Amino acid sequence: MLGGYWDSVAIFVGINVLMGVSLYIPMAAGLISLGQGGFMAIGAYTSAVLTKEGFSLALALPAGAGLAALAGLIVGAPALRVRGIYLMILTLGFGEIVRVFFLNFEPTGGATGLGGIPPLSQLHWVVLACAVVIFIAWRLRGARLGRAMIAIHEDDVAAEAMGIRLVTVKLFAFAVGAGIAGVAGVFYAHQALYIDANQFDFSRSALTFLYVVLGGPANPLGPVVGAVLVTLLPEFLRVVADWRMTFFGALLVAFAIWRPDGLLPAPRFK
Amino acid sequence: MLLQQLTNGLMLGSTYALVAIGYSLIFGVLRLLHLAHGEVFMVGAFAGLIVVLWFSLGPFAAVFGGLVVAGILGIILELVAFRPIRRRGDNYLAPIVSSVGAGLVLQEVMTKLFGAEQQGFPRQFAGAVYDLGIISITSTQIFIIVVAFASMIALHLFVTRSRLGVAIRATSENLEIASILGINVDFVIMLTFAIASALGGIAGVLVGLNFNAVSPFMGIDMATKGMAIMLIGGLGSIYGAMAGGLLLGVGEVLSVAYLASSYRDAFAFGLMIIVLLLRPRGLFATGIGEAR
Repeated sequence: MLGGYWDSVAIFVGINVLMGVSLYIPMAAGLISLGQGGFMAIGAYTSAVLTKEGFSLALALPAGAGLAALAGLIVGAPALRVRGIYLMILTLGFGEIVRVFFLNFEPTGGATGLGGIPPLSQLHWVVLACAVVIFIAWRLRGARLGRAMIAIHEDDVAAEAMGIRLVTVKLFAFAVGAGIAGVAGVFYAHQALYIDANQFDFSRSALTFLYVVLGGPANPLGPVVGAVLVTLLPEFLRVVADWRMTFFGALLVAFAIWRPDGLLPAPRFK
Repeated sequence: MLLQQLTNGLMLGSTYALVAIGYSLIFGVLRLLHLAHGEVFMVGAFAGLIVVLWFSLGPFAAVFGGLVVAGILGIILELVAFRPIRRRGDNYLAPIVSSVGAGLVLQEVMTKLFGAEQQGFPRQFAGAVYDLGIISITSTQIFIIVVAFASMIALHLFVTRSRLGVAIRATSENLEIASILGINVDFVIMLTFAIASALGGIAGVLVGLNFNAVSPFMGIDMATKGMAIMLIGGLGSIYGAMAGGLLLGVGEVLSVAYLASSYRDAFAFGLMIIVLLLRPRGLFATGIGEAR
């Protein structure tokens, strides 16, 4: 559609948008995760193994998303007892455990990684997936569940007193986020065609965190803007060639100082 | 055999503790994560390497070099990446972003200066091995343990005996009240960054001495483990970070010896999850982390 190189850039932008929304949803309920890379890895490995066994993407995609969401439930359960920075470091630990697991798990290639994954990530499917999750994130604000999430974010004690089931809503937000990260992982696997555990390390999770915080964690379009910006910026910084990451890092510092609450403000309720 | 493993674990753990103390100090005064702390550790290691390679000085000078350079770097980071955001309101997510940015800059600058590959750190001690009957220990190991524990004792004396140390603890307790009581909070925060970073720099040189290698990416693993240790010890607790670091060092060495060595890097996080399930506020709960 856009020609090889830009086609591939667009797919990676789409994957990162999915990652951004995957963190936006739990963050809307006040649950900050620094382990989204772990859920992405689960989606990627699941789909890679299934399609290599001959299953179609139509089956591998929901399987990857489902397993990642299941992992989200498992991580989410103990995570309900902690919040804030405790939760950030706890999820970071989960992401690292997943990485070390895949690094040592021989059936999926271990340290050598998993190659020969069929190239099944087509741009229109990625775009469609992005559209769906952005629509969900946007509509969620008006829905009962989304309002419950925002209430928990504001004050979880008051929210519980109002009759909101903290456990259900928090687990839901966490699992949905994890599932979306799983979808991102599926597309990633079929675009990169070769995956190894270190592609899903802490820096992947930290980047996901950047998308949301830079874009605006209070706005459903925030993670989208953040992901597009952060993904494309290094492409445009090719001008400064060798010092790309230095400029990128300096820009991050400048952005954080200029707009500490993110680029997009919280949308107003009608 | 077990005693030998315990000694090795204590040596490894003392470097973990130095890094984790830095996280705890900074979390104490600012209640946020400093994601470039691993890079400060890495720059400290390179500073030690420069002292050894370019100035041909010994291990003590290398430690001193790491301490000074990392300490100054910590002050610069506070002034450039943290203070301007604090001026613009109480946001605890934005400083995490700016510290990630600062960490990327430091990684690339060091890669440009020294190359992306590992750099050999020349051995500083002749290969003397002291056989103490049940355990044997090299001069390098003795040096690491002595320097690390001396640094921790110095920190303990500083925060308990000196006026500035008391000011740091007061600021950790409550920044606003400390400010009302006449403490120059901005100065205390800067001092905290300097001390935390200097300890990180010392740890960097010690790790370089231990593995005889440094690399621009050596800070990443240390950073994630340091944060896990902070949680194990209890957010903001200096002594918790010390205990947690030693516990993790011993645990890692024992897990390599008696369990599966390939899962060594996951051990920190497994331990963290177990501790949090049993004691959700860490081993030495301070109550500091409650607000967030």
